[in-house]
Amino acid sequence: MADIARDPPPQHTDFHELEDGEDLFPDPAATLESEPASLPAEDISTNSNGPKQDSLFDDDPEDLFAEATEEVSLDSPERDVLLSDGPSPAITPITPPTSVLTPRIGLHDDMFTHSSFDEIEDEEEASDSFDMHISVSDPEKVGDGMNAYMAYKVTTKTSISLFKSHEFSVKRRFSDFLGLHSKLASKYLHIGYIVPPAPEKSIVGMTKVKVGKEDQSSNEFVEKRRSALERYLMRTVKLPVLLKDPDVLQFLESSELPRAVSTQALSSAGLLRMVNKAAEAVNKMTIKMNESDAWFEEKQQHFENLDVQLRKLHASMESLVLHRKELSVNTAQFAKSAAMLGNSEDHTALSRALSQLAEVEEKIDQLHQDQANADFYLFSELLGDYVRLITAVKGVFDHRMKTWQKWQDSQMLLQKKREAEAKLQLNNKPDKLQQAKDEIKELEGKVEQGEREFEQISKTIRKEVSRFEKERVKDFKTIIIKYLESLVQTQQQLIKYWDAFLPEAKAIS
Amino acid sequence: MTSTIDESNKEKMRSVSVDLNHDASLLIDIPDALCERDKTTLSSFQKPDFSVPRQHEDFIWLHDTLVETEDYAGLIIPPAPPKPDFESPREKMHKLGEGEATMTKEEYTKMKQELEAEYLAVFKKTVQVHEVFLQRLSSHPNLSKDRNFQIFLEYDQDLTVRRKNAKEMFGGFFKNMVKSADEVLISGIKEVDDFFEQEKTFLLDYYSKIKDSTAKAEKMTRSHKNIADDYIHISATLNSLSADDSTANKKHLEKLSDLFEKLRKVEGRVASDQELKLTELLRYYMRDIQAAKDLLYRRARALVDYENSNKALDKARLKSKDIPQAEEHQQQCLQKFDKLSESGKKELTSFKGRRVVAFRKNLIEMAELEIKHAKCIPANRKLSRFMAAIWGMGPARLASSKCHDFTAQITDSPAE
Repeated sequence: MADIARDPPPQHTDFHELEDGEDLFPDPAATLESEPASLPAEDISTNSNGPKQDSLFDDDPEDLFAEATEEVSLDSPERDVLLSDGPSPAITPITPPTSVLTPRIGLHDDMFTHSSFDEIEDEEEASDSFDMHISVSDPEKVGDGMNAYMAYKVTTKTSISLFKSHEFSVKRRFSDFLGLHSKLASKYLHIGYIVPPAPEKSIVGMTKVKVGKEDQSSNEFVEKRRSALERYLMRTVKLPVLLKDPDVLQFLESSELPRAVSTQALSSAGLLRMVNKAAEAVNKMTIKMNESDAWFEEKQQHFENLDVQLRKLHASMESLVLHRKELSVNTAQFAKSAAMLGNSEDHTALSRALSQLAEVEEKIDQLHQDQANADFYLFSELLGDYVRLITAVKGVFDHRMKTWQKWQDSQMLLQKKREAEAKLQLNNKPDKLQQAKDEIKELEGKVEQGEREFEQISKTIRKEVSRFEKERVKDFKTIIIKYLESLVQTQQQLIKYWDAFLPEAKAIS
Repeated sequence: MTSTIDESNKEKMRSVSVDLNHDASLLIDIPDALCERDKTTLSSFQKPDFSVPRQHEDFIWLHDTLVETEDYAGLIIPPAPPKPDFESPREKMHKLGEGEATMTKEEYTKMKQELEAEYLAVFKKTVQVHEVFLQRLSSHPNLSKDRNFQIFLEYDQDLTVRRKNAKEMFGGFFKNMVKSADEVLISGIKEVDDFFEQEKTFLLDYYSKIKDSTAKAEKMTRSHKNIADDYIHISATLNSLSADDSTANKKHLEKLSDLFEKLRKVEGRVASDQELKLTELLRYYMRDIQAAKDLLYRRARALVDYENSNKALDKARLKSKDIPQAEEHQQQCLQKFDKLSESGKKELTSFKGRRVVAFRKNLIEMAELEIKHAKCIPANRKLSRFMAAIWGMGPARLASSKCHDFTAQITDSPAE
């Protein structure tokens, strides 16, 4: 990952106070400089995107394009739903955007000049030629009462040869996902792989669904969970080592999966996990590691900061979602009230204008509702995911510390044994000496292994962190574009509605 | 006679400057430059240009005096200006103080700015409402000649309004109870005049509706303000994120942070415009309708008095006792009732006209402002350019990409 330090362009975009119709973002060509060594085509005044650039591309422009175009076309079903009349359930419009998050390369040859991208095609990153798309859909309630659960359909479309066919689907329930995660975590976390965390359990949410309440909040809960599960699976398979894992393959392919019982919150296994977590937390505080590698120290600090900031942003975003939902509700109430006012108004033109106002406000309320959903599903959930991911990253760093500790411990033990051996030699006790020698040999092996493990985990973490950062940049970029689009769209609609209302208001005699 | 608030603006140029002390009372300086429109009123004023400090209580005193004046029973007395309501900014200030530790310096400064703006807005609104009250009085042919009104405007010493003592307070409370009894009375009474019958039905119904609408509009405005506050926090956090970021995201985050900053300004303006044009409009007319209802009550009471006096006259005639007094009393009641009916009719008609004009003006202005604010967020072409800028897409590519389709679709989509 090219961590290139960038100087901000000397001509900052001048965000001065807006007047009527003023350009919020003055012509970008005037403000950004070309920085050939870094993200290539910031200089947009010329057709710099093409072959002129030197080969210091990272995969960004290509992915960028993929996302921009793909999102755009996939947006239309979403927007059609948005533009339709009447309150639609919060769920339906949302399903498309999450499935768009996957990069799908290879479908837009018409866009690129092939020459420039031949260079990039042989990037070593697997994600570039990543052709796999998982969708989680059709939540279905199975069973009754407290034993009921939601079954989700997991559909995989891929051309990767690991799989038996190109498209297949299975039915899974939430505990299956948790089971998968716990297996993967136990296998890979301690050797340094950032295993994506599974979506959180929610006893309250599930209970409502079990009990059978068919209302807005339980629908929203199911949708939120469905979307989270989809993102979880996509993140998991993006990790090459996890993709090849037999558990993952089994999860995606086989129709029957053994029930993962140990994931129940109130089981003995669950309690054991909680106790372990507490013990680990205590241990972490007592390990003091001699960090010889500045990279690790810097990265740890970086992730600490990121954690704090993302949590804060997440909280603010959730607050925004809440307030926007409130605004939507209040606007709807006002619309009703204005309609009644218009009814009782005896001046005809004013009465009509008031009714029109009520209609406009009603449409606006739907607009707010949709924007709140966009806020939530695009931004807020992404932030939540990353907060959890960063916890996993920190966990991986902790594992490295533990590995180091183990190595140091066995080294110290070896040292002690060697001293003991030396003492025994002096005192000349042949039988004990032999035993000591054997132990020392064993310990030497252990020390070597400890060192190897430590080196290995450090190497893995370096790779993983760079992969993670790349993913993060991509994810955020994608989401930011989508979010901006949603904002723009809302504003456009607002303008349309008020424009339609204005003549009515002017018509009041 | 059909003077609207606008016209009265032109008639008498009046600017009000306010000097706030930190307790609840409000000092208002009224520099007054009278112009020549209505010479008859001019003559009763001694100086052409003067300014006096007045407190909020003085306005209330003036209003109450006018209401209690018998002669004005047939007029709609402009509603008294409400006390300035600093409750919500005060609450916000508390919250801000508590949350100071968790915010960055920038955030805190911005929140404080917002808070100051809110205080200022309440302030300006208060001043405006007091001003409007005086302007309506001065533009009313009868009320502008009122002696108390002139004293109010001219007397350059402190009015030392006699604060209502306990008895009067109690009396006031009692009067309110009588008023609610009035409401029952007015709905029960048999109306002789179609015009008033219609007006009564209309006003009673309209009042409850407009009261509801005012409350709902207030909630809407509050939500907008909350969203604006959220944008401040988001923008600040994005700024910190971008400061720490050394990846390709740095610029994106910066731009996004700026965008949110713009959004919050827009949201703030939307909130305040909605407050002024919609909520204030509804609030003001709610109070005005109450004043109109009061007129109807007074007339209804006069009618009852008249009917009672008729009954008394009949009784007197039966008993052949005190007939001339009864007759005179009946005549008085009839006269009063007729006078009230006549002026009431005029007042109510002009009130309707005034109301329609005010609604029209404010609704148009609100729609125009909403459009203006929505346009502050970049439109299609500009957004494409913006996105191109931050993600390094060349404009040539952009034209050919589906992005163009997308933006075209936006402009073509129906208004539904």
